[in-house]
Amino acid sequence: MATIFIDQRSYDVPDGMNLLDASLTLGFNLPYFCWHPALGSVGACRQCAVKQFRDEKDMRGRLVMACMTAAAPNTRISIDDPDAREFRKSVGEWLMVHHPHDCPVCDEGGECHLQDMEVMDQQTYRRYRGLKRTFRNQDLGPFVNHEMNRCIQCYRCVRFYRDYAGGRDFDAFFLRDRVFFGRQSDGVLESPFSGNLVEVCPTGVFTDKTLKLHFTRKWDERTAPSICVHCAAGCNTIAGERYGLLRRIRNRFNGEVNGYFLCDRGRYGYEFVNGPRRVRAPRIAGRADAAAPSDAVARAASPLAGGSGAIGIGSPRASLEANFALRALVGPDRFCSGMGAAEHRLVSEVLRLLQEGPAPAASLHDAAQADAVLVLGEDVTNTAPMLALALRQSVRQQPMKAAAALRIPAWDDTAVRNALQDERGPLYIATVAATPLDDVAAATMHAAPDDLARIGCAIAHALDQAAPSPRGALAADAALVGRIAGALRAAERPLVVAGVSLASQAVLDAAARVAHALHAAGRPVRIALVVPECNSLGAAMLGGCDLDDATALLWPGSPLIVLENDLPRRCGADRAARLFERAGELVVVDHTLTPTAERATIVLPAATFAEGDGTYVNGEGRAQRAFQVFVAGGDVQESWRWLRDLMRASGRGGAAAAWETLDDVTGALARELPAFAAVRDVAPPATFRIAGTRIAREPARYSGRTARDANVTVHEPEPPGDPDSALSFTMEGFQAQPPPAQPPSALIPRFWAPGWNSVQSVNYYQTVVGGPLRGGDPGLRLIEPAAPGAPAAAGRAPSAFEPDDRDWLCVPMYEIFGSEELSALAPSVAALAPRAYVALNDGDLHRAGLREGGDAVVASADGTCRLQVRRVASLPPGVAGIGVGLQGAPWMRLPDRARIHPAERDR
Amino acid sequence: MLSDEERHEIEAELTRYPTRRAASIDAMRIVQRHRGWVSDEALRDLAPLIQMTVDELDGVASFYNMIFRRAVGRHVILVCNSVSCWMLGAGRLLDAAAAAAGAPQGGTSADRRFTLLPIVCLGACDHAPVLMVDGDLHHDVDPADAASLLARYE
Amino acid sequence: MTDRPLTGRMREDGAALDLRAYERAGGYAALRDALRRLAPAEVQKRVKDSGLRGRGGAGFPTGQKWSFVPMGADAPHPKYLVVNADEMEPGTFKDRLLMERDPHQLVEGVILSAYAIEADVAYIFLRWAYKLSEARLARAIAEAYDAGYLGRQILGSGYSLELRLHISGGRYMAGEETGLINALEGRRANPRSKPPYPAVVGLWGRPTVVNNVETICNVPHVIGRGAEAYRKLSATGEGGTKLYGASGRVKRPGLWELPLGTTIREILEEHAGGMRDGVRFRGLLPGGASTDFLVDEHLDAPMDFESLQKHGSRMGTGTMIVLDDRTCPVGMIRNLEEFFAQESCGWCTPCWAGLHWVADILRDFEEGRGEMADLDTLAAHARLLAPGNTYCALAPGAAEPLQSGLRHFRDDFERHVREHRCPWR
Ligand SMILES: Cc1cc2nc3c(=O)[nH]c(=O)nc-3n(C[C@H](O)[C@H](O)[C@H](O)COP(=O)(O)O)c2cc1C
Ligand code: SF4
Ligand code: FES
Repeated sequence: MATIFIDQRSYDVPDGMNLLDASLTLGFNLPYFCWHPALGSVGACRQCAVKQFRDEKDMRGRLVMACMTAAAPNTRISIDDPDAREFRKSVGEWLMVHHPHDCPVCDEGGECHLQDMEVMDQQTYRRYRGLKRTFRNQDLGPFVNHEMNRCIQCYRCVRFYRDYAGGRDFDAFFLRDRVFFGRQSDGVLESPFSGNLVEVCPTGVFTDKTLKLHFTRKWDERTAPSICVHCAAGCNTIAGERYGLLRRIRNRFNGEVNGYFLCDRGRYGYEFVNGPRRVRAPRIAGRADAAAPSDAVARAASPLAGGSGAIGIGSPRASLEANFALRALVGPDRFCSGMGAAEHRLVSEVLRLLQEGPAPAASLHDAAQADAVLVLGEDVTNTAPMLALALRQSVRQQPMKAAAALRIPAWDDTAVRNALQDERGPLYIATVAATPLDDVAAATMHAAPDDLARIGCAIAHALDQAAPSPRGALAADAALVGRIAGALRAAERPLVVAGVSLASQAVLDAAARVAHALHAAGRPVRIALVVPECNSLGAAMLGGCDLDDATALLWPGSPLIVLENDLPRRCGADRAARLFERAGELVVVDHTLTPTAERATIVLPAATFAEGDGTYVNGEGRAQRAFQVFVAGGDVQESWRWLRDLMRASGRGGAAAAWETLDDVTGALARELPAFAAVRDVAPPATFRIAGTRIAREPARYSGRTARDANVTVHEPEPPGDPDSALSFTMEGFQAQPPPAQPPSALIPRFWAPGWNSVQSVNYYQTVVGGPLRGGDPGLRLIEPAAPGAPAAAGRAPSAFEPDDRDWLCVPMYEIFGSEELSALAPSVAALAPRAYVALNDGDLHRAGLREGGDAVVASADGTCRLQVRRVASLPPGVAGIGVGLQGAPWMRLPDRARIHPAERDR
Repeated sequence: MLSDEERHEIEAELTRYPTRRAASIDAMRIVQRHRGWVSDEALRDLAPLIQMTVDELDGVASFYNMIFRRAVGRHVILVCNSVSCWMLGAGRLLDAAAAAAGAPQGGTSADRRFTLLPIVCLGACDHAPVLMVDGDLHHDVDPADAASLLARYE
Repeated sequence: MTDRPLTGRMREDGAALDLRAYERAGGYAALRDALRRLAPAEVQKRVKDSGLRGRGGAGFPTGQKWSFVPMGADAPHPKYLVVNADEMEPGTFKDRLLMERDPHQLVEGVILSAYAIEADVAYIFLRWAYKLSEARLARAIAEAYDAGYLGRQILGSGYSLELRLHISGGRYMAGEETGLINALEGRRANPRSKPPYPAVVGLWGRPTVVNNVETICNVPHVIGRGAEAYRKLSATGEGGTKLYGASGRVKRPGLWELPLGTTIREILEEHAGGMRDGVRFRGLLPGGASTDFLVDEHLDAPMDFESLQKHGSRMGTGTMIVLDDRTCPVGMIRNLEEFFAQESCGWCTPCWAGLHWVADILRDFEEGRGEMADLDTLAAHARLLAPGNTYCALAPGAAEPLQSGLRHFRDDFERHVREHRCPWR
């Protein structure tokens, strides 16, 4: 801590923190542009000028940029100084020299950092009379809109896109007052993190292109804290709605999870909520029009009433509450996790590893802080994108020590980068094929899954002789294995990353062995295990059987209840069809008309994440609550309510049939399953109030409420009540005015502070700007490993992979855009999703007589399918990659051996 | 496609720096020497050799004024318009050069013989006004002589 | 004054001294001597004692700059010496002479300076327009390699140095020392923040010294003659001689090596021959475009770093630009500010936006659209574009002729407003 003086008053701030960060943390309104808590300082915009004095006697002082000046004991500055004010105001005026003043037609208007700062500078009159420069804008693809005339040249966009996220198809061009930020030529931005430009840009150059299609001002949005449902990272989001349409997703800061950013799948996948495949009313097969909810429930409940053996198939993409309700309806023995056998086994194994330890799970924040990383088998960019962004930051950890030795503060971004150049810390990536993260890796290895497992075992053995060493030749050279082991052992915060995407138990075992070996060596290792979906881990924690078992359990003619799950995606169309045929009534509770729902005898329209509350357990074991944003039209209600209604109508479920509110559900869950004891504390209960009121989902400026229906009726409809949360659906209620008046962090519906309308208002909700939210970052970890941890897995390493001269080993490959079910329904995401493909390396293409871009027939035990041929040079010989989950891709058990040959047309 | 000659010259430059990126400006100058200017296609040709993306290359190229990103005529006339030359008649010299070359300021003549560009100080202020054609510096130029001077460049 | 160490041995016919001629004239003797008898620290000390100050514009003491470089066994390597031969300051044409006429002098200076900081590699960062310098330097470097002055184990000593010539892509900002480092790395020539200084974190993150051509050319003479003798060359005690130049409507524009501290009047009247017939002196920028105007009352000031500072200007590059009464001062300032606005790298707001605005207003004056209130706006810019307020020295440099011009030529500005036109047009 250092005692510094700001305008003659003393404050304690962390020693070495830059004065801008310190001033903002102390609550001063000091304007800035180029600085960003996650990107550091570069001193380009000159907006944060303050006067610094040498000592008490110095009366003249000199202007310094607060962001570029470290707080040291007895630092004396003035924010209020007239010279500093004049200079800041001048910066405000300069920035408007070319800015078009087009706020009324600019999507950023009302949440524009530039607007906020101009007001803060009291820069209200423009003297400049000259012509403004104009640019030609670019088409950057379906996500990000480009309007360069609004640019103020703060360089944040390039710094995020290139330096932080590693994108290389975006840059600064030209110079002076005409620097252009964009691509060399029009085209889709390649980085899967491009959407962050929308929030990083302090004005309206980069805006959300999907929002444009149904635009609404920030102040007209009803928002709630939400959780991304498009992978297991569990990024925190703010979902915004107006007039029944979900309008957009923005980042919701969570220091432990996603920090300031989101991936594009998470930001743009939301469009499925508004999509044409939504189910909005109950459907009964054979009836043309929608059924009344009571009819549908009565019909679905009648076969349940007899106590016949109904099977409930849960879902890793549904909330804990929904799954738990299904479990209550059908009973724990007849409840299925909704995962296929292999996935169920592997996700349960992940759960076991996290529960038994010894390595605790790494949060995304931990991953970014790791100073040596081994990635085994996982293409994280495509399976857990934000983990890839975190790992990209991890490679800066070790070199940062060299910067510190040169006495360069970590926030002095350009200085750090100039000093470190291309130096990177140890990140080793062993995957089946090249991944988008390879560019920052110290070394990469590409091998078949079993060979990856062997590499892992060899590393474990190098760390701990007690771990078994693989026999025979290894797919990586011994020196490299030694280097990896050495780097992990030497690290202060080593991390092992693996996951279930390859469906390989051996890979998971090997990763666990490395973690064990590091633990045995006394190293504080963490582990990040990637699971597929937003609630995979939660579903595994609820127990239940897998889909194979469920099929076996299902008595012919018994009812089958499927919760938010599309079974052909899990076990293939044929097996699903057999299951459906065997079932009597097929009741599907889902928000989307999936192929499963199409087969159903009864469909009950479920709420999406935006239309109901729910708790999800991310891959780290962190339970997080997503809150309802708006009341969906039609008969849509939360899945757990439909299931509760079924309990009531069928007389099943016991006490659960009496559930009225979400708190009833979480309360029961916490009582019944000890692993979920903490789940009630993930967010305050519905009875929570601030100053006697609820927290308003609508901002105080929300407009149009009374005028909206005025042509029909002048009576305002009664606003819907919310029995499930402490939020209100209207502007009535608590409006955050931090500090100190802010909601508990899990209940922050949007960030706003007086004078701060943009996303940067989050500053005012943090303990230290850039640090955790006050009151702690939201979410509760449900899983911590038991000390001292389980013993290492027994058994030998798998034997080496032998390519076959007739068959290929087909392994799954993932696409950030396309592989995940719900986001693939969003048009913007779908536009970037590839066609279903099979990938081979050059030699194998040749061997199979295939041509890149042509079609191939893949014949496995699960049947044959026709796929587009892709060339992936890094694939090992004998291994074929199959893009999973993509449009037009039939299900196939993976990994599996398959024959591959050209489709007729290509012969 | 880079010609063999271009490739050899660029590879020689690459040995002079510890990073490939450092040779990017030299590489673009080499291409420009051979092709007159640096086209989008040239950027695409260079990118893999320098291990930079076309975006990165153009970010660099567009910063510097001696990397031409638009086609130029056979001869490039640079007329100094910085302070000393300005005082001593750079304006008239520019006009005269434009008339003689048949090229507008900042543009190329219809027959593509000349491109005329104003340029910052050429470091010959004691002989103002000056202009440079294809690297030949001409001192103390009388605007009246512009035509005869340019006649030498076919 | 006959002792002209930098230019005294140059040939009358304009050809370059080749290796043989240079050696005959005593060249490389200082290097031989130093490699044999002086440790790097002693070379540094001599330069420090000589009072040599940088000739690139800022006038920073050269020995002191070198002393920031980490030395000895633990120092990071490779270390770099970079010769700043970008010379893009308008009105400046001094380094060109040194490179065209005596390239070996620069090469010897490079080796000595590099030796002093134990550099492994040196680059000469050369202005693209200097085609003749390029050819002659390339030749001199090749000769020096052949003669064993460059490369491994120079002259049998334990010291090795590679010297490479880099041709700039062309930008004023590439001459700013940190912008230059970025340019050499193949990046946009934005400046870098200081600290860390290049001496500690420079090219490719390694210790790097950037010095001007003329500075480096002085080094063999400092070493050869000794600090004391070198210091005495100056008229005022700041050490050495200086290449002074003059351009504009003077009788004999040109370049002269004179004792540092020669008065402006002597340079202007004796060497440049005074004003051309029929024109009157109105003022001058003493050292390139980014220095403050000096007028009649300053003519007796000695041209050295401290005296000019006292008179509110700077020595800069020491090549003066003379303003006469047939030239519109507002037009001249407009020309200067357009240059700076055009060459702004676009990194910091006061510069890219402020200078654009300044140039815009000055165009308004020229075209009869100026308003009295604009004078306040201009004055505010002259004040606000101060060192420290911007990221590098480009914009503060631009502010110098602006603020002094507004002071000395206020009447001319006001006439533009009153008459709604430029009186010189
Ligand atoms: C915009 C700008 C342009 C500059 N251009 C040059 C230049 O062309 N040549 C030069 O020697 N110094 C130039 N300088 C000064 C350099 O930054 C640096 O101070 C100098 O090269 C150091 O050398 P010295 O210490 O030997 O003078 C420039 C400075 C600025 C701010
Ligand atoms: S003052 Fe600022 S914008 Fe101007 S050249 Fe320097 S860094 Fe670039
Ligand atoms: S001003 Fe034209 S050569 Fe210097």
